[in-house]
Amino acid sequence: MVSGPVAGPSAAGGAAAGGPATDRGGPDGGGGPSRGAALAQGLRAYGLIVRMWVRSTLAYRTSFVMTAVGNFAASGLDFVAIMLMFSQIDTLGGFALPEVALLYGTSSSSLGLADLLLGSMSRLGQRIRDGTLDTLLLRPVPVFAQVAADRFALRRLGRITQGVLVLGWSLPQLDVAWTAGRILLVPLMVLCGAAIYGAVYTAGAAFQFWAQDAAEVQNSFTYGGNAMLQYPPTVFSKELVRGVTFVIPLAFVNWLPALLLLGRPDPLGLPGWVAFLGPAVAGVMGAGAGLAWRYGLRAYRSTGS
Amino acid sequence: MRGSAEVLYTAVAAGSFRRYATYRTATVAGVVTNTVFGFIVAYTYIALWHERPHLGGYDQAQAMTFVWTGQALLAVSALMSGGNLDELQERIRTGDIAVDLYRPADLQLWWLAADLGRAGLQLIGRGVVPMAVGALVFPLALPGEALTWCVFLLSVLLAVVVSFALRYLVALASFWLLDGAGLSLISGLACMFFSGMVLPLRVFPGDFGHFVQLLPWASMLQVPADVLLGARTGGALLRGLAFQAGWAVALLALGRLVQRAATRKVVVQGG
Amino acid sequence: MSGTAAEQLIEMDGVEKVFSVRRKEGRLRRVRHEVRAVDGITFRVPRGEMVGYIGPNGAGKSTTIKMLTGILVPSGGRLRVAGIDPARERTRLARRIGVVFGQRTTLWWDLPLKDSYELVRRMYRVPDARYRDNLARCVELLDLAPLLDVPVRQLSLGQRMRGDIAAALLHDPEVLYLDEPTIGLDVVSKAKVREFLREVNAERGTTVLLTTHDLTDIEQLCRRVMVIDHGRLVYDGRLDGLRAAGEGERTLVVDLARELPPIEGVPGARTVKVAGPRQWLVFPAGQSAAPLVAAVAERYPLVDLSVREPDIEDVIAKLYAGGRGGVM
Repeated sequence: MVSGPVAGPSAAGGAAAGGPATDRGGPDGGGGPSRGAALAQGLRAYGLIVRMWVRSTLAYRTSFVMTAVGNFAASGLDFVAIMLMFSQIDTLGGFALPEVALLYGTSSSSLGLADLLLGSMSRLGQRIRDGTLDTLLLRPVPVFAQVAADRFALRRLGRITQGVLVLGWSLPQLDVAWTAGRILLVPLMVLCGAAIYGAVYTAGAAFQFWAQDAAEVQNSFTYGGNAMLQYPPTVFSKELVRGVTFVIPLAFVNWLPALLLLGRPDPLGLPGWVAFLGPAVAGVMGAGAGLAWRYGLRAYRSTGS
Repeated sequence: MRGSAEVLYTAVAAGSFRRYATYRTATVAGVVTNTVFGFIVAYTYIALWHERPHLGGYDQAQAMTFVWTGQALLAVSALMSGGNLDELQERIRTGDIAVDLYRPADLQLWWLAADLGRAGLQLIGRGVVPMAVGALVFPLALPGEALTWCVFLLSVLLAVVVSFALRYLVALASFWLLDGAGLSLISGLACMFFSGMVLPLRVFPGDFGHFVQLLPWASMLQVPADVLLGARTGGALLRGLAFQAGWAVALLALGRLVQRAATRKVVVQGG
Repeated sequence: MSGTAAEQLIEMDGVEKVFSVRRKEGRLRRVRHEVRAVDGITFRVPRGEMVGYIGPNGAGKSTTIKMLTGILVPSGGRLRVAGIDPARERTRLARRIGVVFGQRTTLWWDLPLKDSYELVRRMYRVPDARYRDNLARCVELLDLAPLLDVPVRQLSLGQRMRGDIAAALLHDPEVLYLDEPTIGLDVVSKAKVREFLREVNAERGTTVLLTTHDLTDIEQLCRRVMVIDHGRLVYDGRLDGLRAAGEGERTLVVDLARELPPIEGVPGARTVKVAGPRQWLVFPAGQSAAPLVAAVAERYPLVDLSVREPDIEDVIAKLYAGGRGGVM
């Protein structure tokens, strides 16, 4: 279990970092390399910059260990709250503790992955304000890759570790007849979820091309979404569930596939095949976020602010 | 002399209030985040109290009131961040603090005044809206009489002072620690957990539940929330305020001791 | 110098940049205004030339540089750098230009200097042999050898600037844009940087466009100087022509404890700018600053102060006093 999501970065990063890497497609229309070459170039640059940040981080080893542990503990606090709740009750919204732990573990792992790979994109507004985005535009590699890799924070492995541990703890306790398909569904769910969260990070960053102070708004969608997805959908009002299914389709991160895995009906009464739409939803959201990024960068290059 | 000192610290508080008033975008973003989280937590508590009515002695309306009080006080009591005192910590780290120590003002009172100014602005800027939204959407157990509201505000004031006194100690630790970030982190986590922000302390099970209600962090959210939602009346109300005041005095006094040691350290090292 | 004498490396023909700014009018109404940051600039820079590009803050200097490097897309006119349209092919152009921003390092703060160079090598895909040659030359001419293993955060400002300039040259750029390369440096570092730039320009024929507030940079490096103001080129020619401008004024910058109305009643000085608690007072360059400071400190809550020497902005201001029309 541990190796699955941790080995995942390249795959999830590929989906998230790949789409928008086409910033060259804006005014840089002619003469550029093909889309595939641009993607490869973007990934390579991402890797180069990430390595530099990791080495910078390791220059302060104690500080790194402390912040990683802090990151682990901070995200674990929510789960402690859940366990305290279950010291008083047997089920919450009709879900037993291992089932809630499945929801918690999948969402936390997905968010952790997206946060690790793209989390620092929320600093874009800061970079625009202090003018350092311009230095990224002077380099012969896609801006998206540079912004995504900016301040790559290895300490965020803390959240992933915590999420994966809870997930690993929950799986053997679930009342599920495990088949190859169902086993495969779990890592797929985490990766798709990471891609969906990644799209939210990207869209949030793109939004900052217009509103530089809006970094915290996307927290409502990422951390807020995560706080919601940790609990069973039956807990929330129908309107709220509809909102995260149809408007900002975070429900595809873990709710829909987990309900499928647990053999529970969807509270909105959607047909079962909808749960399989996760990858498609992730793809559409990624493409949308990529477009938003492209237009944002184009707007920045024409207004310079 | 005394009068001029009061003028000085009032000016510091007012300046801090005005400064935080200029962070408009951050305030709006904070309100949005608090409101979103308020909704999410509210629904999980509805489910929890549906399973166990009267859990922790609260009915559902009181539980909802606790949720929205928590969101309203998150910034005010600085439950997640250091508030003003991140700045103090930075000044200690860089050594700029030497200048402050030679100022003819008391370091602790200066920063307390600044923190109260911040808290005042954030009570208005970040407290009112989430509470109002919560009251519109969920049935809350808000008090009808003005006196309870006044006592609640007094309790919030004490909450901020206790929170300040703790954060002040954490900041002063930077005089001795090479990297204060670790301690700040632990302090922040303890604050979230033991204040009742992640779950009301009354819901914590057994003896552990009783124990956590004796810690200073209980002053920062649990007590003021109980005052507002009517779980503390009469003698319990007075005991609650005395509990807060006791921790405030004890921690401020400890802060003074540590401050004296820190000043000696700076003077000995020649600033 | 090198190449055909006629080859123009930078070509700007009537280049414009218009920003649309929304400004508050009254309490609620916001009205769109057009700001012509660059208002039809035309010039050519042949390969191998070293040109000074100067003007007051907000004149359109950095907007021009941003268009030349492909960061900003022009609103009108024609622009080519090494035959490339920067707006359309930013990343292709990036391999052929080098940029140094004096106040903004591109080096990696916590890592040894040489690690930053290694990243440049990989990111620009500089062939190994070229990289070794270029690095060796930069290290020699800029005295970087003892600094290569030092984390950048431990370097002095001057050392860091030298490090930044080297980083901008490792991929053999044909054009080097320098924005305030000597700002904040001590005399020795300044001399070293200037010497190096002269060397690079002469030996490799690297074209250099230099933006600076330090007239000495221009005097020692550039025969040609271009002056921009209000988005227009107001002077393009030899430096001597600018010299005539004469003595300027010094500026006293004071930080007060709080925002106050403009300082008044200080003999010999007048307040020209107020930004929050910071105020700018100008006084004749021949006058001593001491009595001014005393006069301000006596009546205002003074927190900090600095005195600025007359700079190129003054000279240009004088240039205008002489008559806008006659200069071109």
